[in-house]
Amino acid sequence: MNAPLALKVAPAPPTTESAPQPPTIVERLLRDRKVLVAGGFIVFLIILALAAPWIAPKDPLAQNLLTATVPPVGFADAEPGYLLGTDGLGRDVLSRVIYGTRVSLTVAFVAAGLACLIGSLLGLFAGFFGGITNAVISWLVDVWMAFPPVLLSILLVAILGTGLHSVIAAIVVIDWTRFCRVVRTEAMAQAQMDYVVAARTIGFSRPAILFREIFPNVVPVLIALLTLEMGIAVVVEAILSFVGLSVSSDTPTWGGMIAEGRQIVHEAWWVLAAPLVALFATVVAFNQLGDGLARSLDPVLRR
Amino acid sequence: MLLVTVVVNRLAMALITLAGVAVVVFVLLRVVPGDPISMMISPGASPSDILALKAHYGLDAPLLTQFWIWIKGVATGDFGTSITLHLYVTEVLASRLPATLELAVLALVVAIGFGGGIAIAGTLMRRTVGETAIDGLNSIMLAVPDFIWALALVLVFAVALPILPLTGRIDPDLAQGFHSRFYLIESILTGRFAVAGNIVQHMAMPTLALALPLAAVIVRLLKQSLKEAMLQDYVLLARIKGFGELRLVLQEALRNAIGPTLSLTGVQFTFLLGGTVIVERIFSYPGIGNLAIDAVINRDFPLIQGLVLLFGLIFILINIGVDLTVATLNPRLRHG
Repeated sequence: MNAPLALKVAPAPPTTESAPQPPTIVERLLRDRKVLVAGGFIVFLIILALAAPWIAPKDPLAQNLLTATVPPVGFADAEPGYLLGTDGLGRDVLSRVIYGTRVSLTVAFVAAGLACLIGSLLGLFAGFFGGITNAVISWLVDVWMAFPPVLLSILLVAILGTGLHSVIAAIVVIDWTRFCRVVRTEAMAQAQMDYVVAARTIGFSRPAILFREIFPNVVPVLIALLTLEMGIAVVVEAILSFVGLSVSSDTPTWGGMIAEGRQIVHEAWWVLAAPLVALFATVVAFNQLGDGLARSLDPVLRR
Repeated sequence: MLLVTVVVNRLAMALITLAGVAVVVFVLLRVVPGDPISMMISPGASPSDILALKAHYGLDAPLLTQFWIWIKGVATGDFGTSITLHLYVTEVLASRLPATLELAVLALVVAIGFGGGIAIAGTLMRRTVGETAIDGLNSIMLAVPDFIWALALVLVFAVALPILPLTGRIDPDLAQGFHSRFYLIESILTGRFAVAGNIVQHMAMPTLALALPLAAVIVRLLKQSLKEAMLQDYVLLARIKGFGELRLVLQEALRNAIGPTLSLTGVQFTFLLGGTVIVERIFSYPGIGNLAIDAVINRDFPLIQGLVLLFGLIFILINIGVDLTVATLNPRLRHG
């Protein structure tokens, strides 16, 4: 009886060994050209923000009314040394765009990170405990969703006072719902799974189940969502700067430059165009990176 | 019968949500420093003047009393008086809402036309370079918000090729003799097409800025649904009957594929409405969005409260409308 069985089994190991291993997450990410380009661009932005004083050709705050509204190199009346021209006060547009990455990236990482933390904690509780907790948190999300986000953010910053902290607080207060909704659904689905029932049967405590069993399974979705949220945060900061409610006008921000550029768009279009292109590229990069991460990290999201 | 229950339930839930919105905005406005009086008085006003002004606007009463007075007013249709405009809030909203509604609905129509057209074109071109190009372009368009579109359009159509007016809703000398605030609809209905043309020119950039992000969402979802529908047996049958490719997509696949897109478009329409706030600001368009930013900057409490409730109400009505449309179109949901 044993011999034929052994014969049947024998060929199996080589086939499983020769079968190609499914690529790891890192391999899949490195193979995704979009993720590489987008991730590379974000890294480039981080370097710009950190090394702004060494990279920027000019002092971003130095005004010179003699060289106001100089067009970018390549256009008539351009001045050497001002690659992207100057704004209405004669400040170097390129240097201001480079320094602007600092505020944009700070907001992207801090605001999105905090929104993710608070939203996913509430979502985990709502999805796992159900009952009253779930009802209250879901109702809160509904109330929040009935506000137009831009109006709510302007309202919050007007209330909290202008400044980077208020902008970050406003984004967190508004966008925690994005994380809460997704994580809540995910946690509810996970709570029904066999492994959670098993953990409960063994006698694991509720916090242990929540953080050691359920949370790790929600992380892939969260990372993708977090990256997408960073793109949103950059835009919200720009909108608040545009309305004049972000950091003080001494600090160069893309939104602030866009607002100035919008005022003098007929005299100096480049003051609007340069930060707008930077904003566009950053938003697209965060978005492509988030999409790529979602594809690689979670097959369910591959819709 | 079931549908009626659903509607009643949804309306009851909507009222609770609106009550939540009312409480949140009321408390937010009052727990923090900075009140409308300090924004409106001239420097050097005496403390007694300030107190008198506060009493005049009812801002000296205890918080709960203020809330009670406001809610009682809202229940009877009285939203108070705008502190900066010295007009009834309901009057201000009624005069500004039509401009926003015309803009939002026009943007919705453009988004559906544009997105639907590209989705159908992409389905006809499936497995060709054309489809790859549409997908690649659309994946970038999906990331670009209305704020960026609006400013990019300014650079293209107001600076590079100055063919569109940059600000406003209508040339001031044409804004005469209207009986309603729905300028576009009224000028078309009364046959004043030159005026309507002028309004459309003014609305073109804000409309596109609001429509393009929604169009991108429609392209992605509708194209995917259409491609799936094109693989179904009934399409194969129609193909065997000798129907042309365009007719297959339009007559067979579209009808079955449109459901998910419709319900998503409804949800996205609320985002579009939220986007009017900043887009109206960029183009100085006289709607409730632009008004909202001024109201917030001036701390005009009654006006902010009215605006937020109005936005909340519109959002909730849209959501209920979407649910009902989807339920009516889908027999399985209707009986489920």
